[in-house]
Amino acid sequence: MTITNDYLPILILILVGIGLAGMFTIIGLVVGPKLRTREKAAPFESGFLGKGMEGYRYDVKFFMTALVFLVFDVEIVFLYPWTVQIRELGWFGFVASMVFISVLVIGLAYDWKKGALEWE
Amino acid sequence: MAFVTTTDLIPLIPELILLGAAFVVLLLDLFAPGSQRTTLAVTTIVGFVIALVAEIQLLDSGATGFYGTIVADGFSILFESLYLVIGILTVLLSLHYLDDHGIGFGEYYVLLITAVVGMMFMTSSLELLVIFIGLEIMSISSYILVGIRRRVPESNEAALKYLLLGAFSTGFLLYGISLLYGATGSIRIPEIVVALQEPGALNNPLAIIGVALIIIAMGFKVAVVPFHMWTPDVYSGAPTPVTAFLSAAAKAAGFAMFVRVLLTGIPLEAELWKDLFWAIAVLTMTVGNVMALMQNSVKRMLAYSSVAHAGYIMVAVVVGTPAALSSVIFYSCAYAVMGTGAFGILTVRHFGKTPDSYDDLAGYARYKPCLAFLMSVFMLSLIGLPLTGGFIGKLQIFQAALEEGWVWLTVIGLLNSALSVYYYLRVVVCLYMREGSVPDGAVLEVAESPGFALTGLVGAASVVVYLGVFPQTLLELAASSVSTLF
Amino acid sequence: MIVFFYLFALISLILALGVLVFKNPIHSALSLVGTFFCLAAIYVMLNAEFVAVIQVLVYAGAIMVLFLFVLMLLSTKDNDQYALKLNVSRGLAVAITGVLMIQVLTAFMDPTLRFGEPGAYPVERIQEIGSIALIGQLLFTEFVLPFEVISILLLVAVIGAVIIAKRRVP
Repeated sequence: MTITNDYLPILILILVGIGLAGMFTIIGLVVGPKLRTREKAAPFESGFLGKGMEGYRYDVKFFMTALVFLVFDVEIVFLYPWTVQIRELGWFGFVASMVFISVLVIGLAYDWKKGALEWE
Repeated sequence: MAFVTTTDLIPLIPELILLGAAFVVLLLDLFAPGSQRTTLAVTTIVGFVIALVAEIQLLDSGATGFYGTIVADGFSILFESLYLVIGILTVLLSLHYLDDHGIGFGEYYVLLITAVVGMMFMTSSLELLVIFIGLEIMSISSYILVGIRRRVPESNEAALKYLLLGAFSTGFLLYGISLLYGATGSIRIPEIVVALQEPGALNNPLAIIGVALIIIAMGFKVAVVPFHMWTPDVYSGAPTPVTAFLSAAAKAAGFAMFVRVLLTGIPLEAELWKDLFWAIAVLTMTVGNVMALMQNSVKRMLAYSSVAHAGYIMVAVVVGTPAALSSVIFYSCAYAVMGTGAFGILTVRHFGKTPDSYDDLAGYARYKPCLAFLMSVFMLSLIGLPLTGGFIGKLQIFQAALEEGWVWLTVIGLLNSALSVYYYLRVVVCLYMREGSVPDGAVLEVAESPGFALTGLVGAASVVVYLGVFPQTLLELAASSVSTLF
Repeated sequence: MIVFFYLFALISLILALGVLVFKNPIHSALSLVGTFFCLAAIYVMLNAEFVAVIQVLVYAGAIMVLFLFVLMLLSTKDNDQYALKLNVSRGLAVAITGVLMIQVLTAFMDPTLRFGEPGAYPVERIQEIGSIALIGQLLFTEFVLPFEVISILLLVAVIGAVIIAKRRVP
């Protein structure tokens, strides 16, 4: 089967990835020295001082960005098959895709004017 | 490769006009923030009216496009015109309501238009994929419209419930479509019908489960018992004009889809399916009416009564003859207009607040005689008294049922109608027989009656009476549009 | 081949169960990512490579990010409220779902089960043209209308996201 041949490298890659990550973790656990100090026990917060998770609320603007990203991500998915067939589909494909994109450009303009792209 | 050409767009002209209107409203709202709310509303109405004119031009054109998946037959034109009329009515009812409740979104009108566009795609397509996408456009627009009052907990609750249950029912629909595709090898309704009409094709478990799942999904959309649970909460939590829109247009679109997908030739004559529809019809009528009887909020009562009316339409679905199908169309139209009207009265403030309970309706006859009269017209039509559209609608349904010998179903339907007299008349009694005491500090707004809303309500009431007195035109249209289905 | 199918099916079932039983919602979400990847692998074996790509790109990518953001938006102080507890109504739901599942399973084992005519694109044809190229052709011919209409759906989604989630500056 061609599928097995095509996807075998990917499968091997995934297995190697899992294996390597697991190996390093285990080696680190087994071989590494264990020094438990207060600084080390504190959770790593991207360079910020940890304030503790109790009652901490994530800002809604992350969510807004993710929502906008999702919509345009789905748009990409629909344009993907066009790019594969761009020569065969010719001008018709171009026009059809432009109609599709221009509707979403209106959406983008909407997001922009409403400040959904701003990071307040 | 054979591509589509511009002539394929002809049956879609009304949809395209509406989309253009939606873009104009959206861009107006974005780039001319100073523009009056009235401007947006008027632009929306103009869009609806032009689309309506285009629909009428398409009548008898028999235009098809997109490899035969989009049709402009009598059936789709009739239903699409209904959505457009309800759209216009909803805009008229919205203007003052949005101001009163501080809903400052120009997007409101855009979503209203896209919801109608979604319904139109649902109705004019013969391909389950486009029907599904149209349904999604309609549903997502309505989820947002229901939850547009972000600071009101009831509105949030309504939107969340609607979203979750709606998504759930969409899942059922997709499973049903994919199983039917597996059983028949097609997602186009005419081909599915041909495949299922072969002897024994409907004994195929794949087809049975597929059809059953589609029935469940549509049951959710038109809110028949036992899939009606969301209706009261969503209808009472949503802004009232949106409730009117949902109960009228969304329900009509659901029934249009029901007829188009399931009743245009899939052989559901077997006992199994008839019994299923029978049970759904009886349950829907009875539960809707009994629950409506027990409500204290008029809006919730109307929500349950819309369930009951879906039950009457289900009676016609059970019968399934062409005459019954044309009564489905007539009743959908009649109910859409009277339902929108009844909810519409509740959008107008009375003593400084929008009426909710029966007590709030007291004193209308004295302070708002015009509204009281209009509301009575809608109530009488909802009961189904002669000279109103509701009467002709029920007459058509029960006549079609009797012709096919569904005596018991007719009797149950009539008993239910009798039951409904109580709570509809209770509204009229509150309007006329009860003296309203002006609450302390309330501004007496005797003179104030929002012009747009009044125009819409008077229009709706005239349509209700017109349908009751001269039903011939619509009856003929309905009958001829059913004949285009087969 | 069939070995791989059972392998991925088994892993996805276990991970899906994990979504339900993990106490920490973040763990549930990560378990769901694993389920999505297993499903993508199964799609590949069904010659539906495009669906597999979407599965990874949209579901395991974008939608899971959204899930995680929602979970972080809601304070995760009290994880117990998400834990799986059985009460009467949930038991009833499990029972009904179980009955439904048995019905569907028996229907699929039924000897009278028949599939429709194979369409114009059997597996050999798909493998010859390529799944994504074929979808490209169909998306712009037979299914060009759904393709265009979906842009409206996405526009509505954009508007809805802003209305529901955007904090308005007074």
